[in-house]
Amino acid sequence: MQTTSDEVLIGRIAHGDRLAMQVLYARHHVRVYRFVLRLVRNEATAEDLISDVFLDVWRQAAKFEGRSAVSTWMLSIARFKALSVLRRRPEEELDEETADAIADQADDPEVALAKKDKGAVLRQCLTKLSAEHREIVDLVYYHEKSVEEVAGIVGIPEATVKTRMFYARKRLSELLKEQGIDRGWP
Amino acid sequence: MNAANETEPGDIELLLPWHAAGTLSRRDTQRVEAALASDPELARRYELVREELGQTIHLNETSGAPSARAMQALFAKIDAEPARRPAASFNLGARIAEFLASLSPRTLAWSASAAALAILLQAGLLAGIALKEKSPGGYETASAPKSVTGEGAYALIRFQPQASAADVAKFLETNKLSIADGPSAGGLYRVRVAARELPKADLARVVKTLQEDKVVGFIAATQ
Repeated sequence: MQTTSDEVLIGRIAHGDRLAMQVLYARHHVRVYRFVLRLVRNEATAEDLISDVFLDVWRQAAKFEGRSAVSTWMLSIARFKALSVLRRRPEEELDEETADAIADQADDPEVALAKKDKGAVLRQCLTKLSAEHREIVDLVYYHEKSVEEVAGIVGIPEATVKTRMFYARKRLSELLKEQGIDRGWP
Repeated sequence: MNAANETEPGDIELLLPWHAAGTLSRRDTQRVEAALASDPELARRYELVREELGQTIHLNETSGAPSARAMQALFAKIDAEPARRPAASFNLGARIAEFLASLSPRTLAWSASAAALAILLQAGLLAGIALKEKSPGGYETASAPKSVTGEGAYALIRFQPQASAADVAKFLETNKLSIADGPSAGGLYRVRVAARELPKADLARVVKTLQEDKVVGFIAATQ
């Protein structure tokens, strides 16, 4: 069965097709939400943000020129909005949330069990990466974005994308080592 | 150089995450695969990348999804938006795709039939011209009889290949010319340039004037 491409949906949305908007939303909202959630670390805020992201898609569809994939374009909008929210958020609130997140993870009874499971420990370590590192890891591994696309979304040169990903992975290995798992690299 | 010997990551090692995710170009994919085949340490590190890839997907897939509230909020905002104006700058390809997508099967069928009819008419017109080229009857226009004979001054004209029918028609009208015969082999037309016979010098002057028009490729006085 052939599905309507994202580009065709955007064309319909540009003409005010509400149903096309529903299809596009159903197709992408979970991934956009998870991307935003990783940045803002607050579910309610992430939900508000995805409404704003898709509203921008509705408003800007006529200006979409197809130079990037629709999903890449949406992640760029999402990132911009998430960073705007983070800039507005008071420092104390941010620190408190981050501390809570770390504390919660440490207190989580699953963590102790996870230590016996390398995969679970790896996932735990992924959550401890800095926002910058976690973002690039998610874009490459989960959102399947190419070097060029990540550069476009994050707004950095392609060479920086490659080295940032490398150092994110290196940091991940260090965190694993702290948890007693030596991967023999770096 | 083996990956194990490197202190800084090599170009290939930097690409491993994208290779695992399948988002490299064909050329880079081939480069990485060749390196993996010849470098066991790089291949071992690639397994670590694949492990990270799997766990990152796992982590994301278990990190929940937005509630229906987000969608309700979105469509409430969309409903409150002003009526949409037609897209002004959307790219042409998408517009064409969108236009075709918007047509009902019946409309599409009628459009296809109309297009086919237009093509047939055009083909008929072209075939007619081709046949006339071979027939002795010559080229016919509303302003010229099938074959103008008798009194008058004539010239042989070959029009520029890039001249459109409109250009030729305009040229004939402006100069009060009528096609008397043709086209003959080589695309030559016999054109009446005056209603009565002209002295040679006058005819040469007329021919020289006509020669300056951009639609004329070749012109010569004739009987």
